[in-house]
Amino acid sequence: MDEILEILEKDARIKPEEIAKMLKIKPDKVKQAIKHYEKEGVILKYKTLINKELVKDDNITVRALIEVNVVPQKDVGFDKVAERIYSFSEVSSCYLISGTYDLLVIVEGKDLNTVARFVAEKLSPLEAVRGTVTHFLLRKYKEDGVVLKCKQEDKRIAISY
Amino acid sequence: MPIKISQKVEKMPPSGIRAFFDLVLGMKDVISLGVGEPDFVTPWNVREEGIFALEQGYTSYTSNKGLYRLRLLLHRYLKKKYNLDYNPDEEILITVGVSEGVDLALRAVINPGDKILIPEPSYVSYGPVTGLAGGIPVYIDTRKTKFKLTPQALEKAIDKNTKALLLNYPANPTGVSYSRKELETFKKIILKHRILCITDEVYNELTYDFEHTHFSALSGVKESTLYLDGFSKSYAMTGWRIGFACGPKEIIAAMTKIHQYTIMCVPIVSQMAACEALEGGRKSVEEMKKEYRRRREFMVDSLNSLGLSCHKPEGAFYVFPYVKNTGLSSMDFAQRLLKEQKVAVVPGTAFGTGYDDYVRMSYASSYDNLKEAIKRIGAFLKSRRI
Repeated sequence: MDEILEILEKDARIKPEEIAKMLKIKPDKVKQAIKHYEKEGVILKYKTLINKELVKDDNITVRALIEVNVVPQKDVGFDKVAERIYSFSEVSSCYLISGTYDLLVIVEGKDLNTVARFVAEKLSPLEAVRGTVTHFLLRKYKEDGVVLKCKQEDKRIAISY
Repeated sequence: MPIKISQKVEKMPPSGIRAFFDLVLGMKDVISLGVGEPDFVTPWNVREEGIFALEQGYTSYTSNKGLYRLRLLLHRYLKKKYNLDYNPDEEILITVGVSEGVDLALRAVINPGDKILIPEPSYVSYGPVTGLAGGIPVYIDTRKTKFKLTPQALEKAIDKNTKALLLNYPANPTGVSYSRKELETFKKIILKHRILCITDEVYNELTYDFEHTHFSALSGVKESTLYLDGFSKSYAMTGWRIGFACGPKEIIAAMTKIHQYTIMCVPIVSQMAACEALEGGRKSVEEMKKEYRRRREFMVDSLNSLGLSCHKPEGAFYVFPYVKNTGLSSMDFAQRLLKEQKVAVVPGTAFGTGYDDYVRMSYASSYDNLKEAIKRIGAFLKSRRI
């Protein structure tokens, strides 16, 4: 992966000038590259990773991982079914996977009831859906490579040879 | 009446810097550029292996030379990665960090009055340990050659009592390193004068502008080289205290003799963990190197723009800027920067008496920390109207 992307993946707020300094290239070159990546859809969005364990959000308190068994459709395979499912705003992630089921769908909701209702009323009735298994998420430890813990202090002694 | 201390120890250079270190350690919320170790913890697979070793009851002595498995893994690793051929039975010794390696090496080869050449500024232990072993440290000043040893300076420093050159590259505190071509010029001189070259290559994984060349990998010089290295910097294992020495079997045997009486063996848990470090893949080393290279560019560029001129280091994670134009000695600079802006650096005098115009800054710290440190150094210089 391009080093510019590597740097941005770790810190989306870093300025092009700073990246230029780190890589010893011209700032314009960095800006150009970023523009190109944005246009090509390589860079989709800049967002903030929030430790939701520490903030209260009344709209989302329950998360569920749902295994979905589906019947693939002619010509479009799983894609069409997936689209019907991930288009619901309740769905935060949707993956096609190998193994005993086909789609892994992550759903977020206000409470247990909301999620249960989503499964019963929106997901299960879909013609292509053969069955679902819902796992409620109890705790997040690590997400996208980041351990969800308060910052650990530096254990090194402050000065050494 | 107090017991008199050994004259040898009395004669060791007093560490005026200790007081400064204590000052730093006693202060809170300091941004430290004074740390001589990587800014991440030992990779989990390695830590886990240490825990597992304890659970399995690996709590005993090992062979003096170190676990055979570890020496064998080292042999294979050095062969595969650098085409170095060290026999695990006779040419490799596991040591308590490179620090013990340096001590053993010097004690194993020095006869009273033998001279050891040390390019300066240098890592703090080389001179004192040479003295303890009964040798005479001969420092080669490198200020005029961008802190690099040159073949001319090396040739000039050698006389009939010269026993060895102690070459650290990439170097602490300057980050200076040498290309294969440069090392070849040293090799000629080493072979011509039949002296030993002791290399401390503990930062070899952190070389940025060219491939690191092991001195002993040059043709025809293996028998004249003692190669010291360790797991501290490349695997972030400083606290495990584990390193290794590779060299001619006579020297390794002599070092093992001292090691068996003084240390006995390196703690077994550290040795088991080191095996995993060698076996368990090294993705993190490459990642770390890239990260340090970016920070190096940032630090060199920022310091030079602030008027603290510094050369671009080829390796390790230190910069060694010139601070004389602040009108302060390195110790005053360090003390005031600490008191006024809470940024810790190491005064240049720690690395040789002649380096009062420099300080060592480590960039083994997060980018955010470095950015904040540079901001504070800028404010400090501004308050001194520089």
